[in-house]
Amino acid sequence: MIALIDYGAGNLTSVRKALTALGADFATPSSPEDCARFSALIVPGVGNFASTAALVGPWHDAIGSAVRGGTPLFGICLGMQWLFEGSDEAPEVPGLGVLPGRVTRLQGDTAARLKIPHVGWNALDFRESARILAGLEPRSHVYFTHSYAAPVTADCVAATTHAETFAAVVERGNVFGVQFHPEKSSDAGLQILRNFLEVARGLPAIAPRAEAGC
Amino acid sequence: MLTKRIIACMDVRDGQVVKGVKFQELRHAGDPGELAERYNVEGIDEVVVLDITATLESRQALAKTIGAVARRIFLPLTVGGGIRSEEDAAAAVDAGADKVSLNTAALKNPALITTLARRYGSQAVIVAIDAKRRGDGFAVYVRSGTSDAARDAVEWAREAESRGAGEILLTSMDRDGTRSGFDCEMTAAVANAVHIPVIASGGAGGLEHFCDVFTRGHADAALAASIFHYADTSVSELKRYLREKHIPVRM
Repeated sequence: MIALIDYGAGNLTSVRKALTALGADFATPSSPEDCARFSALIVPGVGNFASTAALVGPWHDAIGSAVRGGTPLFGICLGMQWLFEGSDEAPEVPGLGVLPGRVTRLQGDTAARLKIPHVGWNALDFRESARILAGLEPRSHVYFTHSYAAPVTADCVAATTHAETFAAVVERGNVFGVQFHPEKSSDAGLQILRNFLEVARGLPAIAPRAEAGC
Repeated sequence: MLTKRIIACMDVRDGQVVKGVKFQELRHAGDPGELAERYNVEGIDEVVVLDITATLESRQALAKTIGAVARRIFLPLTVGGGIRSEEDAAAAVDAGADKVSLNTAALKNPALITTLARRYGSQAVIVAIDAKRRGDGFAVYVRSGTSDAARDAVEWAREAESRGAGEILLTSMDRDGTRSGFDCEMTAAVANAVHIPVIASGGAGGLEHFCDVFTRGHADAALAASIFHYADTSVSELKRYLREKHIPVRM
């Protein structure tokens, strides 16, 4: 059973719908203590980093402890940003801190008409072969909508460029995250969710494509 | 590179897709769920469902339509038409909409833009502007194009952005349903005035019209209805054409 953490940041209807379509067994934990009974965790989220303040304290501790114990964790959009140390969007709110680095605002490029927020379909540049990217075509397009992004670090397995290059997909041990919305990214997004479900079931994901590394 | 989006719009009345010319003469165009699924297979980037009757009875039918579309496709889904209050927006979001499109209600009560942006984030709030050329400017109309709002499209788009809108959906009433091409001048005027994405709508007829609105019109996305509904032009054919013209699209 997968825990879909609901901390009031945006609407979870689309994530629920996609998980249901993929046959996932999931529920929303009622309290931080409840997290322990789940075999995997998903932290979704849309909107301002300040809304992750709802996770500071007991949720932070419960999720952190589950992850340290080996429970797979998947962060989506704001949920991925929260995996890092913090964000310039709400500097007073700490992130989970399981990935090193800080989330910063995208700058865009007015002259080149690269607007912020970064809204729409953009390509994934694969950097490492990764379980979360299994079965995906290199340079698959996925749907983004955000103004802040995480830096490209050793944990970045796919990057995307919009004036600057940022981490689109991260994977480190049992921690996974995507800056885009897999539940809104048609077949490519569903494949990524399927890959996480495979990880959550403890099964090895499909072998990455040979050309995936670059 | 961020691609230019192709958006299919479905005008829905009593649970069925219909399409008119210059906001009139409606004709039947199919089942929303089936159409959405076809568009997804062809590679559409986004879907908009517009409730064009927006009566109380149709509102309940609309929730069913949104649900039917949202179960079949995993793409950004916008719902508009008759969203007058926070409750209407919440009903659309709960039914499966990712974004809501405000038109008349935003002009009447601009604070609604901010309320919804705070509740769902700016990315979930689209302000739809229906406008006609008048002199050197672009006059905004409300109530499905029947009433002059006494506002200019460029100035209203700027205000909508400042109040928290995440995108502008700009429809040329002069071109709507005529298939004579998008109003590129109007689209460029608005796109150059705001920092948020502008979706051009009204007038799509041929493949070259999309190329024009992305280059001359500086649109971030283009929306069409009838040319996709009746399968005159498939989304995949359009995207192949745009790629040949060096316009970045998701294939």
